[in-house]
Amino acid sequence: MAPNGKLKLALYWAASCGGCEIAIVELREKILIVDQVADILFWPVAIDAKYKDVEAMPDKHIDVCLFNGAIRTSENEHLAHLLRQKSKVLVAFGSCAHEGCIPGLGNLFDRQSIFERVYLEAPSVDNPQKILPQTTTQVPEGEIHIPKFYNTVKTLGQVEDVDYFLPGCPPQPHQIWAVIEAILAGNLPPKGSVVGANEKTVCDECKHKREEKRIKKFYRIHEIIPDTTQCLFDQGIICAGPATRGGCGALCPQVNMPCRGCYGPAPHQIDQGAALLSAVSSVVDADTEEEAARIVGEIADPIGTFYRFSLPSSLLHRVRLNEGGKVA
Amino acid sequence: MSDKTFEPHIVGFLCNWCTYTAADTAGVSRMEQPPNVDIIRLMCTGRIEPAFILKAFAEGADGVIVSGCHPPGDCHYNSGNFKTFRRMPLLERLLEQYGIEKGRFHWGWISGAEAPKWAQLTRDFTEQVRGLGPLDWKRQLESKED
Amino acid sequence: MSMVTLTIDGQTIQAEEGQTILEVCRRNSISIPTLCYHPVLEPFGACRLCTVEIAQGGRNGLQTACTYPVSDGLVVNTSSPAVIEARRMILGLLLSRCPNVPVIQDLALEYGIKEPPFPTDKPEEDCILCGLCVRACHELVKAGAINFADRGVDRVIGPPFLEKTRDCIGCGACTIVCPTGAIQIVLEKEAIYKEKPLGPTSAIYVPSLQAVPRVPVIDTDTCIRFRQQDRTSGEIEDACGACQIVCEAGAIDFTQKDEIIELDVGTVVVATGFEMWDATKLSQYSYGKSPNIITGLEFERLSNAAGITGGQIVLADGRKPERVAIIHCIGSRDHNAHEYCSRICCMYSLKQAHLVKDKTGAEVYEFYMDMRAFGKGYEEFYERVQEEGVTMIRGRGAEVDVLENGKLRVKGEDANLGRLVTADVDMVVLSTAIQAPQDAGKIASLFGLGRTPDGFFAEAHPKLRPVETNTDGVFLAGTAQGPKDVPDTVAHAGAAASMALALLSKGEVTISPATAIVDEKLCSGCKTCIALCPYTAISFLDDKNVAYVNEVLCKGCGTCVAACPAQAITARHFTEEQIIAQIEGLFRVPDFLKAEGVPA
Repeated sequence: MAPNGKLKLALYWAASCGGCEIAIVELREKILIVDQVADILFWPVAIDAKYKDVEAMPDKHIDVCLFNGAIRTSENEHLAHLLRQKSKVLVAFGSCAHEGCIPGLGNLFDRQSIFERVYLEAPSVDNPQKILPQTTTQVPEGEIHIPKFYNTVKTLGQVEDVDYFLPGCPPQPHQIWAVIEAILAGNLPPKGSVVGANEKTVCDECKHKREEKRIKKFYRIHEIIPDTTQCLFDQGIICAGPATRGGCGALCPQVNMPCRGCYGPAPHQIDQGAALLSAVSSVVDADTEEEAARIVGEIADPIGTFYRFSLPSSLLHRVRLNEGGKVA
Repeated sequence: MSDKTFEPHIVGFLCNWCTYTAADTAGVSRMEQPPNVDIIRLMCTGRIEPAFILKAFAEGADGVIVSGCHPPGDCHYNSGNFKTFRRMPLLERLLEQYGIEKGRFHWGWISGAEAPKWAQLTRDFTEQVRGLGPLDWKRQLESKED
Repeated sequence: MSMVTLTIDGQTIQAEEGQTILEVCRRNSISIPTLCYHPVLEPFGACRLCTVEIAQGGRNGLQTACTYPVSDGLVVNTSSPAVIEARRMILGLLLSRCPNVPVIQDLALEYGIKEPPFPTDKPEEDCILCGLCVRACHELVKAGAINFADRGVDRVIGPPFLEKTRDCIGCGACTIVCPTGAIQIVLEKEAIYKEKPLGPTSAIYVPSLQAVPRVPVIDTDTCIRFRQQDRTSGEIEDACGACQIVCEAGAIDFTQKDEIIELDVGTVVVATGFEMWDATKLSQYSYGKSPNIITGLEFERLSNAAGITGGQIVLADGRKPERVAIIHCIGSRDHNAHEYCSRICCMYSLKQAHLVKDKTGAEVYEFYMDMRAFGKGYEEFYERVQEEGVTMIRGRGAEVDVLENGKLRVKGEDANLGRLVTADVDMVVLSTAIQAPQDAGKIASLFGLGRTPDGFFAEAHPKLRPVETNTDGVFLAGTAQGPKDVPDTVAHAGAAASMALALLSKGEVTISPATAIVDEKLCSGCKTCIALCPYTAISFLDDKNVAYVNEVLCKGCGTCVAACPAQAITARHFTEEQIIAQIEGLFRVPDFLKAEGVPA
């Protein structure tokens, strides 16, 4: 706590989309309360503090750091270590920091193939000299260094010691507020806990009516118009809700879109995608090997479907690399 | 390049009533088997979570075997193996997408009376995985970014 | 009811007022012949055969006993000379009208009439216009399809305009009451022996001689009362009811309804038995094309002493067969039907061959594949039957053709002689397969039973647990588990009963601790697990919105544990932590080996 009794707060964005920043703003009038009770020392999107300001702070100067975004580059990692050093409590804020989220899908590829796609192959690219980013480049003014783009995306927890995890893509405002209140009241659970989310999976919050499951055919969401009162999974649409931590209020199923799994793994899972895969295939209505293989064969892109948000935090972390660091 | 031949480390998830019994019989009957297969016993292949196979590969397995009672009628628990044959084809595709070749994962059925079939499987599968080389998944997890 | 006193044949008799002389005579065992009387129909006085003499107290002279009410002081003679004379005249006239009707011939003979006294130009006439059929149709059945038509010598019984009428419901009441057999039910198809019983029965019948309790039942599909109610949407509510009228105990109650009784039980014994396989499915045996091609079960009915032939082995036309063929394995051991052996047929076919030989002396040809005489005394019986002269032909009977003269041509192979054989016989008995009943699947789902590939219910272990099933507390008895004969069934059922009783008498059940348990703090009620359990051990608690595993039913297979997307179910003794620890342990190299460079 600062001498003025205010909480010293820092927020940082690593490899992310900015949605977690918007989520803070979504606190709406409550942001004024945040302003009352906290001093925001570092928040790149909103205030003009610099890295050197953070480096100048004493260790553990920051009370709470809300760190969102995955670790994609060396800069992300550097700040992860720096902010850990300077913070009492480091919170992995949002799904990217928690389980990898959408940037994590980069783990289906490697640096080289991503660069080639982005800088050479993409239809709207105009790069006749075929220039790819380098960590070091000579320019008339001298040498320029840019952060290294890692081969593999990592979660915050995979590079640093994290105190709390607040999942969501983005975390829901009411959940963020609940965590802030808990921090202010000094009422936090044991270190390493997931906060701002439920113990049960999304199904517990979902209003659709569920029945015993027997799936004869899988549909993608654009292939059928689902019954809006019945469980989407019952109707053959792969909904990650049963395998995803709840707390969001089942927002997506409420508008008849299947849950995508953004709040990440449920408490006891060791691998979110594998748990969902097991559930989805177990209830296939097939009593012969041929029929079973045929029905599950209809699922396009298993890894993208089951690991959309959690690939870096899965057991295998990423697609295999060969000796040269390339996807095999 | 080491002068030692690569010895694959294979994990087998076997159901208690059928394949584990066959493996037991194969051992007691002194059937020739390579030492490369480590067995984890479960009551039924229906207990096998796909996560176990992923964990085995993540820990360093070069190959994984899943084997249980023949469907449709042999499962000691009636239909546990039905769930297995619904899950395994999807897991196979997932493993391929992860870059783990099909030849590293074998799933099938061996009854308690088929001990020779188990012994043959351990011999054949070990050679098959040897030919694919080490998977060494931990290497890519532990490697520092250069 | 007030009583009257009257005298019949010199006897003083007390009777209820309102009864007729005939009813009183019947009550008191005084015999009066009748033709047109039936206890449940209004008396008609058509045949005049019940004529008696009123000596005093009423309209003196000859009256019909069936219509004349008793009164105080009435004096009646039932066999005075005048009565006998009158009856003789009546019977003479009846016999002249219907000279070839056996019941009239017999009655006429009793009164000394051997020949019809008058000629007739319609000697085939068999209707005596007694009106019983009409009264049955109008009063009892309330269909009103037939009545008297025309007058004088042209008077006949028939439907309106003597044309086929839809008012006739084919109940057959008219044929049952007709004293001369003049009115017949004509079936569109030739009557074929049914599995049980051979030949038609009335709508109220005792199901079998061994029925428990041994009381009649009413088949509401054929009973006229129920059919009229259905047919007329209840307008005719009380058609027939003849059974209720004659039942002296008043035991018949048409208003009985099905009662659904719910019982809480601790154990169940499934003893649902078997069905006969349908022999028409293999058309080469021509089952259904001749009444003399019957199944083994139909032969049992035929040969039963309480059956319609009194145990005589006869052909459909009543003649004794001279040559009989018995063909084994019809529908058994056959990739086109059932692959399994039905176990009981070899022995019962030998028994049937023995019965045919014994009762008719006919030549018997037994076409068999293998003779399965596996039990105590069975092989000895087989030898005995051979010694009795039954011809054993080792080779599957291939075809049965119905010849124009009605004989049956059986073609087969005699493998021992190495040639094809043909036998023309009078009767063929097909030893058909026995199979699981059609609704076995429903019973199986009800109790969570498995079924073996042959369709019968699955025992828990083919060698060591023949009466138990995969569901604790549910036992199998008899052929529900597979084909077996009576001694084996008795042993099997005894075992099932003992195990069921043992379970109940213990008062508690011991279960393995390796069961699944749902953590209600983690279960979100997705219902993925519910339908997966082979033992239906998982139910859903609506009030808590969680799944629940019944630990007594759970066998610990772990399928639900693996399927749970939230990992909310734990498999005791095979927990995720334990298995993960095993996997990790396989790849952990102890430090002292690491030092030696041993890889993981």
